[in-house]
Amino acid sequence: MLLRTGTFHENYGQDMAIFRTTLHWGILFVFLVLLFACPLFFSDRILTIMTMIGIAIISVHGLNILTGYCGQISIGHVGFMAVGGYTSAILMVKLGWPFWVTLPCGALAAGIAGLIFGLPSLKIKGFYLIMATIAAHFIIIWLILQLIPITGGADGFGVPKPEIAGIALKSKRSYFYLVMAFACLATYTAQNIVRTRAGRAFVAIRDNELAAEVMGVSLWSYKLQAFFIGCVYAGVAGALLIHYYGWASADMFPFMDSVWYLGMLIVGGMGTVTGAIFGAVSLKLLDELVTIIGPMLAAIFPAIAAQAAASLGLIARGLVIILFLIFEPRGLLHRWEIIKAYFKLWPFSHQE
Amino acid sequence: MTFFLQLVVTGFSLGMVYALVAIGFVIILKCSEAFNIAQGHFVLIGGYLGYTFLVPLGLPIWASLFLAIGVAIIMGLLIERLTLRPLLGQPVLAVIMMTIALASVLEGLATLFWGGEYKAYHGVLPTLALKLGGVSIPSESLIGLVVSVAAVAILMLFFHYTKIGLAMRATAEDEQVVQSCGIRATTVYAVSWVIASVVGVIGGILLGGVSGVMIPLAEIGLKAFAVVLLGGVNSIGGAILAGIILGVLENVAAGYLDPLLPGGGLAHVFPFVVMIIVLIFRPHGLFGLVTIERI
Repeated sequence: MLLRTGTFHENYGQDMAIFRTTLHWGILFVFLVLLFACPLFFSDRILTIMTMIGIAIISVHGLNILTGYCGQISIGHVGFMAVGGYTSAILMVKLGWPFWVTLPCGALAAGIAGLIFGLPSLKIKGFYLIMATIAAHFIIIWLILQLIPITGGADGFGVPKPEIAGIALKSKRSYFYLVMAFACLATYTAQNIVRTRAGRAFVAIRDNELAAEVMGVSLWSYKLQAFFIGCVYAGVAGALLIHYYGWASADMFPFMDSVWYLGMLIVGGMGTVTGAIFGAVSLKLLDELVTIIGPMLAAIFPAIAAQAAASLGLIARGLVIILFLIFEPRGLLHRWEIIKAYFKLWPFSHQE
Repeated sequence: MTFFLQLVVTGFSLGMVYALVAIGFVIILKCSEAFNIAQGHFVLIGGYLGYTFLVPLGLPIWASLFLAIGVAIIMGLLIERLTLRPLLGQPVLAVIMMTIALASVLEGLATLFWGGEYKAYHGVLPTLALKLGGVSIPSESLIGLVVSVAAVAILMLFFHYTKIGLAMRATAEDEQVVQSCGIRATTVYAVSWVIASVVGVIGGILLGGVSGVMIPLAEIGLKAFAVVLLGGVNSIGGAILAGIILGVLENVAAGYLDPLLPGGGLAHVFPFVVMIIVLIFRPHGLFGLVTIERI
């Protein structure tokens, strides 16, 4: 590990700390202050984008624990988000429970759904598991569309804005604070979960399932734990998404979004908490770029205006993932580390 | 009873097309151990190509089929050379993500060129409706059946009587031995992608004739996965049998149960239910090989 000269670790606690030096703490403090000061400077549109990024970060953290750390590839993540979101919305609308109760209930429901659909992972892996999770997504969405008395079917139903301690989170600004608080909490818990006994077991399972089992890591227990934790994150993200729109509808959980969450992991760097954040931010920003460039392209080529705007997003996202897989399979984070190391070592080109 | 037989007959023809699409998937998997999520998007492109050649250009069906196959060969070669070959030796997730990204790009291209609109060409295909007892066989189903059976037969002949076919079967058995015999593995990969793309495009033209072409046609690929899992991922015969089973089951189940369900759409979710059941109880499918793992 690269440490600056003069940094000494005298006990285990210091060695394991996430923030080692006062500089790190300072950067964290400045970052948090700037983040929570954003609503003072930015317009509602930018706050909306940031809120969406925050929700994506929460969801991708879950997928990262499941796929990046435990190696159980899931393309049904959005289905579990739908479970969490719908549970929270239904409890709030039908039973009138407050937000701070329905959100954990939604997360728990998503986690339980994850446990159920994670069961095949005990027997299968790789491509088969991908198929099982794709199937999970379509079955969940089909159930939502079928249970019309509870979920409203394809029409969906309205959800009131959440209230916390008597304050209704009606404005974009207040919702931004809510989502960012959850995003920070999710990052903190994700970083700590992967350092626990369970987190190490996940990595062991990812690297070699059989070897892990021989060493005494219970596949049964830890794979299901990974599914549960990953889907709890998805449930929180889904609940935040539904309450943000104030409307519950199955259209908010399209299948391709699950694919983009995996794409975020690839672009950011799989198997690191920071990488998940990098990926979520960069792909969401790419989306925004596409929505800006799409109409411009349409203005230049009026003949294909409608198609160009619709197809640009698909092609751009696909190409970004293809290019990253070919040229930077370890993700943005890896590139960032290289750049950082370069400046740390400058003017020398190698360490040691 | 007539209703039941009708459902079975149309389901059988549909199942043959599923099997055809699934075969493309199995061939790529056997030769290069890559899971091709974009298989359904080959079908989508095929449907639109069929529309382009049949309706705006007004070509006869056989010429459209040959032209579409030509385009499919080029598409398969390009895809293999540009995107899959750089990933040789990468983990399975990288290859799967690559094919997913490919699926997205193909869908984007279909939207760009054809506007993602509903295109149908029912009337263009020759009408040769058959009646067996009370069961009428629609001409689309008949053409689907004939073409897919012919395509499967040609593939079988190709695998058994050509040198490259032999090389492909050998690669499926043991890649290292094949390479040390002086056969280029990359050629085998390229041919396997070409075959997958061609059968996908043929399936697309057939399905487009039955139900028209639209972006959700690509979901046929997901049904092909259910077929593949049921038949066993590395068995071509299994894919054919499972395709027919799933096509018939899906058609019959949807025909009888859809009126009872409020939202309908059982045919849409049915393959996934089959998929989960197969994955839980018999992950290697009907005819697949059981993998034995060693450290």
